[in-house]
Amino acid sequence: MSYIVDDREKKTFLLDREVLVSEDILRKEMARVFARCWIYVGHASELKQPGDYRSRKVVGRPVIFCRDQTGKYHCLFNTCRHRGAIVCTQPEGNARRFMCIYHGWTYGNDGQLLRVPGDDAYAEGFDKTAYGLRRPARFEDYRGFWFMCLDPHAVALHDYLADAKDYIDLVIDQSPSGRTEIIAGVQEYDVAANWKLMVENSVDDYHLPSTHSTWLNFMANSGVKIEPPKEAGLVLPTKGLAVELGNGHFTTDNVNFRGRPVAKWIPLYGEAARQEIADIRSELVSRLGAERATRVADTNRNLVIFPNLVINDGSSVTVRTFYPQGAGKMHVTAWALGPVEESENARARRLDAFLTFYGPGGFATPDDVEALELVQQGLANWSDDRWSEMSRGMGKEGEQLNSDEHHLRIFWRRWNELMGADA
Amino acid sequence: MTVPVAAQKLVNRAEVEDFLYHEAALLDEWRLEEWQALLTDDACYYVPSNDQPQSDPRRALFLIADDRERIRQRIIRVLDPNCHAEFPKSRTRRMINNVRILKVESDLISVAANFVCYRFRRYERVREYVGSYHYVLRRAGDTFRIKERRVLIDAHELGSLGSVSFIL
Repeated sequence: MSYIVDDREKKTFLLDREVLVSEDILRKEMARVFARCWIYVGHASELKQPGDYRSRKVVGRPVIFCRDQTGKYHCLFNTCRHRGAIVCTQPEGNARRFMCIYHGWTYGNDGQLLRVPGDDAYAEGFDKTAYGLRRPARFEDYRGFWFMCLDPHAVALHDYLADAKDYIDLVIDQSPSGRTEIIAGVQEYDVAANWKLMVENSVDDYHLPSTHSTWLNFMANSGVKIEPPKEAGLVLPTKGLAVELGNGHFTTDNVNFRGRPVAKWIPLYGEAARQEIADIRSELVSRLGAERATRVADTNRNLVIFPNLVINDGSSVTVRTFYPQGAGKMHVTAWALGPVEESENARARRLDAFLTFYGPGGFATPDDVEALELVQQGLANWSDDRWSEMSRGMGKEGEQLNSDEHHLRIFWRRWNELMGADA
Repeated sequence: MTVPVAAQKLVNRAEVEDFLYHEAALLDEWRLEEWQALLTDDACYYVPSNDQPQSDPRRALFLIADDRERIRQRIIRVLDPNCHAEFPKSRTRRMINNVRILKVESDLISVAANFVCYRFRRYERVREYVGSYHYVLRRAGDTFRIKERRVLIDAHELGSLGSVSFIL
């Protein structure tokens, strides 16, 4: 049994559309994918002080992402050990304690059970220390990106991320001190499509001309001509690559042709920004050397950390995660990330650049959402029109471009493997 | 908050309401070029992220933070048949009430209003956008021009509303 047809001789790759519509398969992937992989929880910068917390859902599970009084980071299940109620109802704040409003059980911000009203009614052996808030089996970070894993036997996050770490490093190298932060303001929206379609869409450059022609028009109207630069061959093939990073992770990697806050000026940023972007560039060169600075400032990467974290490092840096709400619906959360040292003008430019493309009011994302929802609607015919065709690029030797479907196949092979199917 | 009596005297609320109802009709009917003519040359249009309703778009990520030129580009985009999110166009119907004149300073008038905007996309069930409009209007003869238009959505997250691909 397999959800994919991966025929390297015939150079054919097909995907069984049932995986995008079936609630049974969703239940199975909750156990085999989401309960076994490292899942993004939040960024260190969201909790600046001891006692800071954010309550959120991670793949449907309510958690408290918080720091205790010593500053240590925790991820706690937001579920009272007594009868199961949510104990932290505020989305964010600073607190020493979380009190369940139902019967008053009160926990410290390290998860320990501190107080049980009327605890003399419990038998002698009742041990409060055994009733701290439960937490995911594993909780680790890589350079400020915190992930949880429900599988106690999983490999360490560091190993799990494999070569994806290099691409996270390229984001962090944009900060002179190596510190980036999530910027205030979160975009949260639903898409009536299977969550895996967002993985594909986040890295699929094949769809750009047909889905995003109005964005291309906007860029042209703003003095930015979108064509791969002639000098592109110096760094990467003109259309960009799709790169496998291990453990199901992958990225696109292409020469920038649409501006970068760090650090490539385009007319859209305005004349006044020219000098500051040149200065940001100089700082990169002096700190990292010319070659690394070019790598950081002149390439765009749309990175997928398997299964559901996307870091788009291009016209801005977006951190986007999404999880299923049923087979045909997902919830998306997107943040903007930037270097902590950024000047007010540079920060404003970054946020503006984000909105030119991304988000529910952006000039591109709504059309991506439309495309994914049209796929989901079309899939109502899945049982009579069963296979999606994903073999772009298989017929050629050498490098796979980001407009091929090599990276999509990387995702699906890994997913298929985790789901216990044959290759 | 008490409504300053002086402000009421300087600007007649019915006049402001007429203007807002006219604007709503232009938006609901997709007469966006005519709508654009209601804007000042330095107009801006903001929809903050749901969790940051009072923020500054230079410091916080918004859903929409358009200056005048970006509004012009947005209109070009949403009227283009290749704006897939709005083709076919959403049908919208907005109800505006609780119109309040908050402040009058020389020719600038701060106005707040509540709204419900019902949106129908293709054959879907209705999506209800509920929130408040916050305007800075500029007096222009016997009518007004819109200098700033800030739309606050009451929902904690955009969630099932999905997108703001039309002019809300």
